Amino acid sequence: MKSKRADSLRSVIAHVLLVILSFMCLFFFYILVVNATHSHADLQKGFSALPGGHLIKNFLSVANDGTFPMFRGILNSLIVSGCSAAICTYFSSLTAYGLYAYDFKFKKIAFTFIMAILVMPTQVTAMGFLRLVTNMGMYDSLLPLIIPSIASPSVFYFMYSYLQSSLPLSLVEASRIDGCGEFRTFNKIVLPIMKPAIAVQAIFSFVGSWNNYFVPALIIQSKDKMTVPILIATLRGADYMNFDMGKIYMMIMIAVVPIILVYLLLSKYIIAGITLGGVKE
Amino acid sequence: MKKKRKSISYAKWGYIFILPFFASFFIFSFIPLADTIRYSFFEYYRSGIKEIGPNFVGMENYVSLLESDMLKYAGNTIILWVIGFIPQIVIALLLAAWFVDIRLKIHAKQFFKVVIYLPNLIMASAFAMLFFTLFSTNGPINEILMAIKIIKEPIDFMGSIFGTRSLVGLMNFLMWFGNTTIMLMAAIMGISTDIFEASELDGCNSIQRFFRITLPLIRPILAYTLITSIIGGLQMFDVPQILTNGQGRPDRTSMTLIMFLNSHLKSKNYGMAGALSVYLFIVSGILCFFVYRMTNGNNSDKPGISAKLRKRARRG
Repeated sequence: MKSKRADSLRSVIAHVLLVILSFMCLFFFYILVVNATHSHADLQKGFSALPGGHLIKNFLSVANDGTFPMFRGILNSLIVSGCSAAICTYFSSLTAYGLYAYDFKFKKIAFTFIMAILVMPTQVTAMGFLRLVTNMGMYDSLLPLIIPSIASPSVFYFMYSYLQSSLPLSLVEASRIDGCGEFRTFNKIVLPIMKPAIAVQAIFSFVGSWNNYFVPALIIQSKDKMTVPILIATLRGADYMNFDMGKIYMMIMIAVVPIILVYLLLSKYIIAGITLGGVKE
Repeated sequence: MKKKRKSISYAKWGYIFILPFFASFFIFSFIPLADTIRYSFFEYYRSGIKEIGPNFVGMENYVSLLESDMLKYAGNTIILWVIGFIPQIVIALLLAAWFVDIRLKIHAKQFFKVVIYLPNLIMASAFAMLFFTLFSTNGPINEILMAIKIIKEPIDFMGSIFGTRSLVGLMNFLMWFGNTTIMLMAAIMGISTDIFEASELDGCNSIQRFFRITLPLIRPILAYTLITSIIGGLQMFDVPQILTNGQGRPDRTSMTLIMFLNSHLKSKNYGMAGALSVYLFIVSGILCFFVYRMTNGNNSDKPGISAKLRKRARRG
């Protein structure tokens, strides 16, 4: 009896804390969305919790601003993130399959090596990377933001774990007996089996690349190649006080809303996917 | 005879399949790393339009970094990380224990999970810009606090050391506690229910259960969370960079190591940037070693994190 009362008390405390934390998570985005619907003059008058009628106007003023090409930025970010997610998941699966299904001399060394660099920060090689990219003539282009994602140790690890649990090698044998080439076996048999893992990792690498700021900020110089995070950073560096505040909120909203929408649509898979790989990005 | 030839040709495919990964790693990570280490021994910087060096100077860059403010920035990085990490792990442990406790009957579990994970996916730079706007002296937070009469004058959050560091900590907390909660929750769900049932029969209350059973059993995952979080903290950049416009204001008390590296790279001081990178490389190398030890389950009889995570994954 007593423990039941204690349990219901704990339950109330748990719910209160959860509501407070959820409020903290959502409150800032609520202000963001509300303020993005107000004009600069409204915002100067003070905060109002109700949405205003300036949403479209703010949107248009962001769209027509040549100094902060937000939509060009979104396009660039989409190109970089989309391509990165695609090649990162494809080549990670390929590597994982290569190490899982074949026996060769350096197999163990290769695996150990990838595991050793699993969580190595990219920042430590940033200086050499910058020089290399400059020497290769790829400075100020989107390519160096895409190609290196071929080697993503954490995605590889995820794919490898997934293969271990869901690809019986007898399947590979069977396709060999049927005369299927090795590459075809991978593309036609292994890839479809890995679809769930690929979907989860594609989402995570897309988001990671979409939010990436450090490397793009070093590589990209010209305005029409900037990705969204760099544009946000230049916004912070600009003469902030003379800005149309409604427009600033609108820009931040445009930067975060696409990801929020995708997340809300796919939240079930994303949440289930977090723990699968066990590696924080 | 025939079989043997076949197995040799298959081995070839193994090499072909892992080639792109290693080629890309070699070009875009290994060469840059070697280059970084090489230039850390050179005096090589740009002053104005004139390029000085590269002249070999031995360990000079390393020594002058130790004499510079690097250790102060390392301290800042640690402080900023701790401010975010301690509330994060405490809240995450609490929430994880509550989420899996059936007796608490938490309502709308999925909703709460979705909400607390949301900030993790938000672009850190946009999040920092949003905080900068919201917490500025004439921003909405000050207006709300004044409207409900908690404060009389606007607080200059970004003008004080405490304010800036707290904001960075708050952002890191908000961005990561959901992720940690879900990781720990999965770990707790991996504990056999028999143990919990037995403890209940023995008259264990919820606090004892948490400290005597749950905590010791999820220790491997806790350690893993800790180390990966330290590595994440070492890389802290976006949030303080945008919040303070790269200055680490006030008085460079929120300048992190990567911000320091970034400023060297921007001013094209390759020698210093190289030496700083090597310091960071050594520290993260040590941390990577711990992660490696934890994730590699196949070398001992007790299963490592990887095996546990897989088991959990299958359980759904």
